[in-house]
Amino acid sequence: MRVYLDNNSTTPCDPRVVDTMVPYFYQKPGNSASRNHPFGWEAEEGVDYAREQIAALLKVDPKEIIFTSGATESDNLAIKGVFEMYRSKGNHIITVTTEHKAVLDTCDKLTEAGAEITYLKVAEDGLIDLAELEAAIKSTTILVSVMWANNETGVIQPMKEIGDICEKHGVLFMSDATQAVGKIPTYPKEIGVHLMAWTSHKMYGPKGVGALYVSRKSPRVKVTAQMDGGGHERGMRSGTLNVPGIVGFGKAAEIARLEMHADAERLKKLRDRLERELTSRLEECYINGNVDHRMPHVTNISFKHVEGEGLMMTFNQNIAVSSGSACTSASLEPSYVLVALGLGDDLAHSSIRFSLGRFTTDEEVDFAVEKLVAGVNHMRDLSPIWEMYKEGVDLSNVQWSEH
Amino acid sequence: MAYSEKVLEHFQHPKNVGTLDKSKSTVGTGLVGAPECGDVMRLQIEVDPSTQTIIDAKFKTFGCGSAIASSSLATEWLKGKTIEQALTIDNMDIVEELALPPVKIHCSVLAEDAIKGAIADYQSKNGIAVTAMASSH
Repeated sequence: MRVYLDNNSTTPCDPRVVDTMVPYFYQKPGNSASRNHPFGWEAEEGVDYAREQIAALLKVDPKEIIFTSGATESDNLAIKGVFEMYRSKGNHIITVTTEHKAVLDTCDKLTEAGAEITYLKVAEDGLIDLAELEAAIKSTTILVSVMWANNETGVIQPMKEIGDICEKHGVLFMSDATQAVGKIPTYPKEIGVHLMAWTSHKMYGPKGVGALYVSRKSPRVKVTAQMDGGGHERGMRSGTLNVPGIVGFGKAAEIARLEMHADAERLKKLRDRLERELTSRLEECYINGNVDHRMPHVTNISFKHVEGEGLMMTFNQNIAVSSGSACTSASLEPSYVLVALGLGDDLAHSSIRFSLGRFTTDEEVDFAVEKLVAGVNHMRDLSPIWEMYKEGVDLSNVQWSEH
Repeated sequence: MAYSEKVLEHFQHPKNVGTLDKSKSTVGTGLVGAPECGDVMRLQIEVDPSTQTIIDAKFKTFGCGSAIASSSLATEWLKGKTIEQALTIDNMDIVEELALPPVKIHCSVLAEDAIKGAIADYQSKNGIAVTAMASSH
């Protein structure tokens, strides 16, 4: 049995999505920018329809959707594009320490061009402090960038409250909503989000296509293009459109609009069962992040005194999850997101993220629980610090040799 | 990242997992690493004082697969060796045997440090001049 519980990394394509895409590889191979023959018209129709399907999911105007190659490009376009377009108004951007690298590294890069970046800290539950956000806004602030839901913990930020603060101060609000779109309602106009970045492949669509929502009315937002060329996507993103990808993305959005509520309800029960089983059968497990404000399909658990990568090795032939352990990264640093939550490095090394999806079954979760319990017990039998903990040694008083 | 066959073998069937009685004068214990760093190795040796030969070795390790494999291998190599021979084990021998990638070399360094730490503990317990200290990495 192979069980995929890493849906925050990428989701499998829904077969209905693939079926919709196939004709655009064969019978309808046109370039949507070809205006003078039926091949182009058909491709354009496919793109237009997808744009409508996506706009319906977000309750926005189809003209407000800019297609890109994925969430990373959308984040770059939004942040760099706003910075360049509104440079005369100010140079200050506010973001959060637990953002995705696509946001953090983009902001970091902009400091070379004269941007001033404020990184808001998060509390132990992963949420930002709204008063701190408001206090950080100044006359030069042009953009607030806060992710809708965190990729590692699933924690959902207080989006409406952030939107209200941004509106009050006349500052643009951008959100990396990669983990939220298609899973929970994400209506930028109700929230006051002016730019929203996300990707198709985390909502059961194909890889290689994403989008940026850019508000056209109150306020009318413009971003400076980061890709120059044929002036596609209202001049904001040149490049021939990935027609089959976009068509699949549109179908994925339509399915999400119709099914996300039922999916969320089912997955929440399944996630809660996974959590309940693990925490009742294993000692010293800690759920990371706010449990009341988080995505329904995600849980992030630290298994104390067990190292995450080693733990994954006990079952990774059968079960796909991810870990905040340093050993899973090239940098040998544990997850900066979990460290920002105030977890000690030791608990960050011991964390496993489970992200369920549309195709996860009850049997798969039960199978994963058995493998996890066996794996944690095995690793604890091997762990000197588990033995010391069981003997009542206060590990904080041990003189460790750093290396 | 794929693991080498030898790492997988040691990880799935670790040799010499366990605990020796550290109160015995013939037992030396090396504890290296730190939970914050994601690796803690405890390696123990039991020495026959008449021959200065290691007659038993045990380990417990908190860490990734390579750290567990490195310490498992180290205990296998230690058994039957004299203290003098044991001190010649170099971390690069472990890297080579397990085909560790560069990012995992620190696991082998930790194992070498644990060997030296266990020997130093045995020697100081028995009033023998300590011949090698664990290096600081």
